[in-house]
Amino acid sequence: MITPQKINRNAKQIQAEVLSNKKVGPYHHMVFAVGDMAAHSKPGNFVAISVGGEQSSLILRRAFAIYRASDKGPMGGSIELVVAPHGQGSKWLCSQNVGAFVDMVGPLGTAFGIPTTNANTMLIGGGYGSAPLFALAEVLKNRGCRVDMVLGASTANKIYAPLEGKRSVSSLTLTTDDGSTGIHGQISEAIPRLIREYSTDVIYSCGPMGMLAAIAKIADDFDIAHQCAVEEAMACGIGVCMTCVVPVKNEGGIKMVRTCIDGPVMDGAQIIWDRKTVMDAL
Amino acid sequence: MDALDFSTKIGSKRFSNPIFTASGCASSGQELSQFFSLTEIGAIVTKSIMTKPRTGRPTPRMAETPSGMLNSIGLQGPGIDAFLETDIPWLVANQVKIIVSIAGETVDEYGVLARRLRAVPGISAVEVNISCPNVENRGQVFACHTDTATAVIEAVRRNIGGELPIVAKLSPDVTDIVEIASAVINAGVDGLALINTLLGMVIDTNTMKPKLAGKTGGLSGPAIRPVAVRAIYQVHQAFPNTPIVGMGGVASGRDALELVLAGASAVSVGTASFGNPMAALQIRNELSELLTQKGFSDFRDAIGFAHRGV
Repeated sequence: MITPQKINRNAKQIQAEVLSNKKVGPYHHMVFAVGDMAAHSKPGNFVAISVGGEQSSLILRRAFAIYRASDKGPMGGSIELVVAPHGQGSKWLCSQNVGAFVDMVGPLGTAFGIPTTNANTMLIGGGYGSAPLFALAEVLKNRGCRVDMVLGASTANKIYAPLEGKRSVSSLTLTTDDGSTGIHGQISEAIPRLIREYSTDVIYSCGPMGMLAAIAKIADDFDIAHQCAVEEAMACGIGVCMTCVVPVKNEGGIKMVRTCIDGPVMDGAQIIWDRKTVMDAL
Repeated sequence: MDALDFSTKIGSKRFSNPIFTASGCASSGQELSQFFSLTEIGAIVTKSIMTKPRTGRPTPRMAETPSGMLNSIGLQGPGIDAFLETDIPWLVANQVKIIVSIAGETVDEYGVLARRLRAVPGISAVEVNISCPNVENRGQVFACHTDTATAVIEAVRRNIGGELPIVAKLSPDVTDIVEIASAVINAGVDGLALINTLLGMVIDTNTMKPKLAGKTGGLSGPAIRPVAVRAIYQVHQAFPNTPIVGMGGVASGRDALELVLAGASAVSVGTASFGNPMAALQIRNELSELLTQKGFSDFRDAIGFAHRGV
């Protein structure tokens, strides 16, 4: 038996021109001209970008979830990213001016699965992790699904919730750890009540691993499907380095799978979230 | 101008060009084939395989460092059965030149792996990885001592039969790499792979704990290239007739040429493929251009050129 390669078959390496770079709160909203890559990009997919320029000592690519992709426009296909300038690499990317070119590989990874029938969906995003959920919301809405969005962050200005995003959702709930806007508390604390209120059938989530773990537990308690886009540090994004793995259940034991190939969108019920279980099994 | 003869030899086997992938940096080849045809490069060196499936270490497994990175994968892999059932047939079907890298926890495990490979058609050489730094104790790094290195190579030599070239992958983390090279050459290797990663460590100053779950990891990338050049130069000087597959931070044709001038008969591209999936192919093209520019018509004339007249 010959197994097919599982890397996203549409992945290409291109030089992408920066079409726009705007500061939005603590984030940068960036648009890139990507040609055909846009038409192949689905909500949940990501791109891997070289950072620092040619003589840089930063040798690894940085992975960014695709916020939006548009295959029509005056500049041809384009994709949009929401970048948080945290580290050296993301700061470099945010400093790129319109007209600059960046080395980009994409689209990579798995996409969110879309229900075949009408379903009540809940989209949960933490911090800038909300980025891929807006395009997903549009797809789900067009499918006739109910879309309830819940966005949380440590404080108000770290919630990424563009105005146009609100049009694609049936309800929008905000939470902040410091109570500066919306519900006061961690995002996961608000979820059980909202699931009951909206009779949620499917959860989609994206954000820090701690948040995803908490939501996985809730999804399990309610026995509802949960697709999450995980965040694990990557070196290559194309499946060759084996660094971005997460532990999943495998015939009574565990198996490490690459989040760049088998993810980032994965079945939350398959992932082993408890670190002690993983350490004991290794 | 005459076309460059870009071919090279490791033991009895000939390769169309001297640029290979480095083990552990190309998985089993399929992922990179999305970006270029693997038949364009000299060979794919597959990720070191063990007898049984192996989960590897927990995360974090990676830490970026200046011009380099630490990895602490811990030889995650499907085991030899699944590897021979799926990965090798795919490479053979796609007419890729294959060098299989093997790793064991014991001398016997290397012997078992060698026996499994002896009858497999389509393999051009075996890389014996005796220098992976990501193991539980330093005593398992067979390449750190002449007696353990010799024992592994003898076990492989006994079990492999035929004329499949054996390449021993050595660690630079030793007092005298020439002494280790001498031992494995006496034990019957056809070539050497120099160098594996260097054992390193990063401490996160925010958490004030080691950054990697495995605490230590293997350092790779351009940061280690001078170490590779030194190791290749020293070993080639001592054993000019033993082919060396050079590796260590090669990111351009210029870097590959540097290793060739030091004494490498082939150059593996590793960490550079993480940052640039096309790296191996681009480096092949750049090296070919550089050699032509410098007036070489036969790649093999450039091997160890830095030693001439010294």
